[in-house]
Amino acid sequence: MTSRELPGNPEEGAGNARALIAGYDTRIKRRLFILAALAFALLAAFVLDLVTGPSSMSMGHALKGLFGLADLSLPQRIIIFDVRVPAALTAILVGAALSLAGAEMQTVLNNPLASPFTLGVSSAASLGAALALVLGLGIPGVPPDWIVSGNAFVFAFASVLLLQGMARARGAGVETLVLVGIAMVFTFNALVALVQFVASQDALQQLVFWTMGSLGRASWDKLAILALLLIILLPLSLRDAWKLTALRLGEDRARSFGINVVRLRFVSLLRVSLLAGTSVAFVGTIGFIGLVGPHIARLLVGEDHRFFLPTAVLTGALLMSLASALSKVLATGVVLPVGIMTALIGVPFFVFLIFTSRERA
Amino acid sequence: MSPSRLTIHGLCAGYRRRRIIEALSVPTIEGGSVTALLGPNAAGKTTLLRALAGLLPMTGGLDLCGEDLTRLSASERASRVTYMPQSLPQRVALTVFEAVLAALRASPLAGMSPEDARAEAMRALDRLGIADLALSSLDELSGGQRQLASLAQAIVRSPQVLLLDEPTSALDLKHQHKVMALVEEVARERGIVAIIVLHDIALACRWCKRVMVFSKGTVVADGTPEEAVTPGVLADVYGVSARVERCSRGFLQVSVDGPA
Repeated sequence: MTSRELPGNPEEGAGNARALIAGYDTRIKRRLFILAALAFALLAAFVLDLVTGPSSMSMGHALKGLFGLADLSLPQRIIIFDVRVPAALTAILVGAALSLAGAEMQTVLNNPLASPFTLGVSSAASLGAALALVLGLGIPGVPPDWIVSGNAFVFAFASVLLLQGMARARGAGVETLVLVGIAMVFTFNALVALVQFVASQDALQQLVFWTMGSLGRASWDKLAILALLLIILLPLSLRDAWKLTALRLGEDRARSFGINVVRLRFVSLLRVSLLAGTSVAFVGTIGFIGLVGPHIARLLVGEDHRFFLPTAVLTGALLMSLASALSKVLATGVVLPVGIMTALIGVPFFVFLIFTSRERA
Repeated sequence: MSPSRLTIHGLCAGYRRRRIIEALSVPTIEGGSVTALLGPNAAGKTTLLRALAGLLPMTGGLDLCGEDLTRLSASERASRVTYMPQSLPQRVALTVFEAVLAALRASPLAGMSPEDARAEAMRALDRLGIADLALSSLDELSGGQRQLASLAQAIVRSPQVLLLDEPTSALDLKHQHKVMALVEEVARERGIVAIIVLHDIALACRWCKRVMVFSKGTVVADGTPEEAVTPGVLADVYGVSARVERCSRGFLQVSVDGPA
C-alpha cells in the first residue's frame, strides 16, 4: 500500500497546494482589512468621544470646531483640547493596555476567563487605593498627587508577581494559578470592605468613586507613561507571537517545539502586570475590557497571535472609547463612571458576537 | 544520510512524589525503522517518551549519534527530538495550516524563511492527505483528523528522533494503517529513530521492526515482533491468554482467548 493519497498527479497536487496557500493569503488579507476597519472605527469613536460631553456646546459645533470649520471660544477650546482630548486618549490607551493584558493572560494561563479583573489585579489595585484614600498609607517618597496611583500600581503589580510565584512553585499548574487568582479577588475584596468599614463618609465616597473607574483623572503625564509602556511592550508581545500561538496547542507540545514555556509565561505575566497595574492605577477599576476585548478579537481573527494581539489592542481601545462617549450622553449634564459603561457596552456586544459569528476570519 | 542511533543508559524518570522508571537501559535503537512501545495502561510508556523529549526531569544518559542529549539546551534538544502528545487540545481558534506553521515558526532555532515554512507545512499536510483541511479550524475537525493534524506538526519538524504517543487511537482502520505506513516511510527516508506507543499489537507487528514491551517502568521483552510478542509475554504483561500466529501473508496475528 502507498502511504500517500495525493491527488492524481504531482502537478495537480502542487496546484492544490498553491491554491490552498493562496486561500491562506486571502485570509491574511481579510485579517489586515479587519485591523484597518477597527483602526478606522477607533478613529471615529475618538472623534465621537471628543464632541460629546456635559457642556452646553452642541456636538455639531464641537465637530466643526475640531476640524477648523467653526470658531471655538477660549472656554470651548479648553474643554475640548485640555479636558476631552486627554480623557479620550486615556480611554484608548487604557482599553488597549487592558485588552492586551487580558489576551496574553488568557493564552499563558490557558483560560478564557482570565483577565486582570477576574484574577485579582483590579481588586489588589483597589486595596492599594483604599489604603491611600482612607488610611493615608502610601509608599514613602511618592508625591501626594501620585499616592493613590502609586499604591494601586504597587498592589496590582504585586498581585501578578504573587501569581508568578505560584507559577514557578513546583507542581503548580495553570489551573492552580487561576484558582489562586480567584481566591485573591475574594481576599482583596474582603480587605477593601474592611477598609471601607472604618472609613469616614468622605473617604468612603472617594473610594467608591475610585473603584468605579473614571477617566476624569486623565492627565498628560499619565498619558505619556501609558503610551510609552504600550510602545515598548506591544512589540515585545508581538515578538513572542508565534510562541504564544504554539502555547495554545498545549504546554507539552510547545515545549517539544523548544519553547521555554516557564520563561514565556514569566515574561508575559510581567508585561501583564505592567499594563494592568498602570492602567488600573491611573483610571481605577475597569471591568470586562480585559475579558471581552480579547474574546471579540478571537472571534474576528482567530488565535494566530500575530493578528490576535493587535486586534485585541484595537477592540479594547474601541470598546473603551465608545464606553467613554456613551458615559457622557446617557444622562444630560452628567459623566457616568466609565467602568460602569464598559460592562454595559462590552457584555451585550460580546453576546451579540457570540450568537452571530458563524465563521472565524 | 546515515541513520540516527539512540542509546538509553540507566534512565530514571517520573514525577515529584513517584518515580515511574528506574534505571532503564535498552540496547541501541536504530534509525530507519519504527520501534513500537507496547504495554498496559500506566506501564510508564508516556513517561518514557516525555523523559526522552526532555519534558520530565530525568537522570541517566541519552546518547544520540555520539551526542549526549541531556547536555543540550531545551531548544537544541527540541531541534533533534520531537514529541507528539496523544491529540491536539480543543477550543483553539487556529486553522490546521496555522497549527503546522506554528510548529516550524515558534521554535527558537527556526531559521526557515516564512515562504519555506509555508511550503513545508503544506507538504506535510499533503503527505498525510489532509491538505484539503488546511484552512479548517481545529475546532471543526473530528478526533481522527485532529490526530492527523498533530502528526503533520511532528513530521514537519524533521527531527532525528520522533516520539509518537498513541497516534492512531482515534483513527479508523484505513487511517491507522495509513499513518503507520507514513511513519515507517518517513523513518526510512530520513533515517530517524521513530518510537511509537501503541495499544494495537497487530498494528505494531505489521509495521514495526522492533517491539519493546513495557510493564511497571521496565522493558520485559525487546526484539523483533516474533521475539517480543509471545503468549508468555502477553500473559505476564496483560494477564490474557492469547495465541500468536502467522497469517497467510506472513504477518503476526494475536488472538486473545480470554483472561489468563
